[in-house]
Amino acid sequence: MSTIIQNDCCVTDDEQKKFDQLANIIDLYKGKEGSLIQILHHAQEIFGHLPLEVQKYVADALDISLSEVSGVVTFYSFFSTKPKGKHTIRVCMGTACYVRGGKKLVERLQDILGVQIGETTKDGKFTFEIARCIGACGLAPAMMIDDAVYKQVNINKLESILSKY
Amino acid sequence: MVNLKINGKQITARKGMTILEAARENHISIPTLCYLNNVHKIGSCRICVVEVKGAKSLVASCMTEVGEGMEVYTNTKRVQKARKVLYELMLSDHTKECLSCSRNLNCELQELGKLLGVEETRFNGERSDVSIDEAVSITRDMSKCILCRRCVTVCGQIQGNGVLNPQNRGFETVIGPAMDIPIGDVDCAFCGQCTVVCPVGALKETDSTKVVWEALHDNNKRVAVQVAPAVRVALGEEFGFEPGTIVTGKMAAALHALGFDDVFDTNFAADLTIMEEGTELLIRLKNALTGTGDVLPMITSCSPGWIKYIEHRYPERLEHLSSCKSPHMMLGALIKSYFAEKVGEKPENMFVVSVMPCTAKKTEIAREEMKNNGLRNVDAVLTTRELANMIKQAGIDFMALEDEEFDNPLGMSTGAADIFGLTGGVMEAALRTVYELVTGRELPFEDLHVTPIVGLDQVKKAEVTIKDPVDAYSFLDGVTLKVAVTSGLKGARILMEQLDKGESPYHFIEVMGCPGGCITGGGQPRSEDADVRIKRLQGLYREDEGKKLRKSHENPYITAIYEEYLDYPSSHRSHELLHTHYVRRGKYNDLGGESFVIGRKKVEPQELKLEEAGIAKTSADRVKNRRNRDEAADIRLLALEAENSRLKNELSDAMETVEIYKQIVSEKAFLEKKKHMG
Repeated sequence: MSTIIQNDCCVTDDEQKKFDQLANIIDLYKGKEGSLIQILHHAQEIFGHLPLEVQKYVADALDISLSEVSGVVTFYSFFSTKPKGKHTIRVCMGTACYVRGGKKLVERLQDILGVQIGETTKDGKFTFEIARCIGACGLAPAMMIDDAVYKQVNINKLESILSKY
Repeated sequence: MVNLKINGKQITARKGMTILEAARENHISIPTLCYLNNVHKIGSCRICVVEVKGAKSLVASCMTEVGEGMEVYTNTKRVQKARKVLYELMLSDHTKECLSCSRNLNCELQELGKLLGVEETRFNGERSDVSIDEAVSITRDMSKCILCRRCVTVCGQIQGNGVLNPQNRGFETVIGPAMDIPIGDVDCAFCGQCTVVCPVGALKETDSTKVVWEALHDNNKRVAVQVAPAVRVALGEEFGFEPGTIVTGKMAAALHALGFDDVFDTNFAADLTIMEEGTELLIRLKNALTGTGDVLPMITSCSPGWIKYIEHRYPERLEHLSSCKSPHMMLGALIKSYFAEKVGEKPENMFVVSVMPCTAKKTEIAREEMKNNGLRNVDAVLTTRELANMIKQAGIDFMALEDEEFDNPLGMSTGAADIFGLTGGVMEAALRTVYELVTGRELPFEDLHVTPIVGLDQVKKAEVTIKDPVDAYSFLDGVTLKVAVTSGLKGARILMEQLDKGESPYHFIEVMGCPGGCITGGGQPRSEDADVRIKRLQGLYREDEGKKLRKSHENPYITAIYEEYLDYPSSHRSHELLHTHYVRRGKYNDLGGESFVIGRKKVEPQELKLEEAGIAKTSADRVKNRRNRDEAADIRLLALEAENSRLKNELSDAMETVEIYKQIVSEKAFLEKKKHMG
């Protein structure tokens, strides 16, 4: 497969390596129906997020339109088009967590981090997201930082939790 | 056959038919909105819901197949209520400025409201955060979009371009190009097929009527107008004529009545195109066959949608395009040079308007190459629909007009020019002239129609063998000329891929950007007639057959213009005025080319009018309040049902994601293992 990256001048060696890696993955899936989502998952793993250039690359390689790719990327909340922070905070907004104060957690975190839902802090440390039920309803309100689950979070404990990161 | 009952009436339907189709065949009408016959059915709007005995919930009749013994009710209280609530919910996020909307009185959403008897909209909720995206050809007003996705189907599946797709999710869904890029900056061909199928005012041609009115009212401007071949076979539909009715005479009369100083015919330039393009083909054939070498197949360049498409998708193939400007650009260039000189008018005082079946032409005139001496060849393009609106605005009774003629010297044309408006027409017109130039004999097809390329098939092919040519063309003796014709960008792609593989056997290819050709271009009237394509096609062939002169080179005004002004086809002057070059754009405009964005406007949400809490003063008020409460309870129930199904969907999405994850993990493990194993 030919490499279809524009602005060759601006592609660093590191980036090129990532695109090569992606090319290998696409070769693996090419021709299989419904493989777009899998490829995007891999691409996000490689690049950390899915910027326009990566979406274009996938669209060209699969011979589908860019708008179709971005349609899928923007549909699933797991995909992100913006760079993610070092750590991802996900506050559960499932029904149980919501009624037991999930919303208050979100408001407090917005204050502490100074960002809105879906955004990343200026220092690149945290990306702040909400999640739909993480399956810890008995521990509501719950939140996750990366893979760690925090149960029955008290808004006053938030700062000390964050300070561990 | 399947037996079923609709509203108690016993009917039979073919297996595989939907309830909607079966009902319509039996004269039972079910309202629809997103459904579009033969084009689009995805059941997204749910307006066509019906009650099926034994089914738990209402079903979308456009998606549900008939079943043996089925009992369907299309008009129960439950059905009526559901449709009304759905409609009102749709309206709650729709800009209701109907009076100032270009689709007023011509809007499927409006029609539906009338049909359902909706008198009020009770829901004042959140409004989508959207904007109006204006490009030179097309304007997207997403505050009016009802998410029916007809445009998605037309752009993706019929044209194969896929510029419009749903972006984001749920309430935030917007139909548009990737990542909110303006449509003037992506690889949209501006074919405008989306504007034909849009049921509301969300997708439309960018207005040009205002600038044309301004020019008409400006006493210092000499305003010339020209009309494309396909307009005359469709304009009548806007005034109640059958599709396919030719209204050339009335149209010329209407243009005179509107105040245009000169009413010319793009057909004249179509004849001219044949002379130029035919000559170019012969030059290329000569070079290719006598060893000098040249690029073949040559591909037609009349369709600006196709041109923009090839510039984005196949920028390395631009040499295959004929260098001829499209006919109306040629005529524009001649109006501001040849004609202006003739009548002693300064070219800068001339204002040229083209009436076209096309939205892409609006962008074509804005291209940098389409200028001579710093002046645009054409100043404004009106679609057929826009011309109809102007005629109505001017209070002209179109039906009552007496036929008039186009003005000369740029108003006369042969039958060959008429068929430029349909798929296969340019090729046939070219063959009529080229064959006769080369052999001195008439094209050997009955009635001059090259039958293999007549009709609406996606890709059509023909072969013409040349025998006993005149001396000048002896290099063509015994050569079988192979030609192909396609309409619609998907068909174009088939032929281009063939070319890429080195398997294209053709000498000459005609491409029109819209399926069926210009007769069903993106600027043509919206029609509910399923046979509109074939009717317009037949109409243009009739116009051709009705003419005495049916070959471009027989047009006496063409002969005259070469003698007086252009010298000979492909002369220095004709190259200056009538030919052009193309721009390598690339799929993402990464190779160059101008932007066609006009701008973006924010849509301010209308103010929320919160109803004041009613205080029951009289018994009538109390009754009203109770009724309101009951209604509200019903709506809550519907909303809960909807939420329930949404959550179910979300759950299945989540499950799907989990499955995908599992697969990825297992594949990864497998690969790791393989790596370890060596």
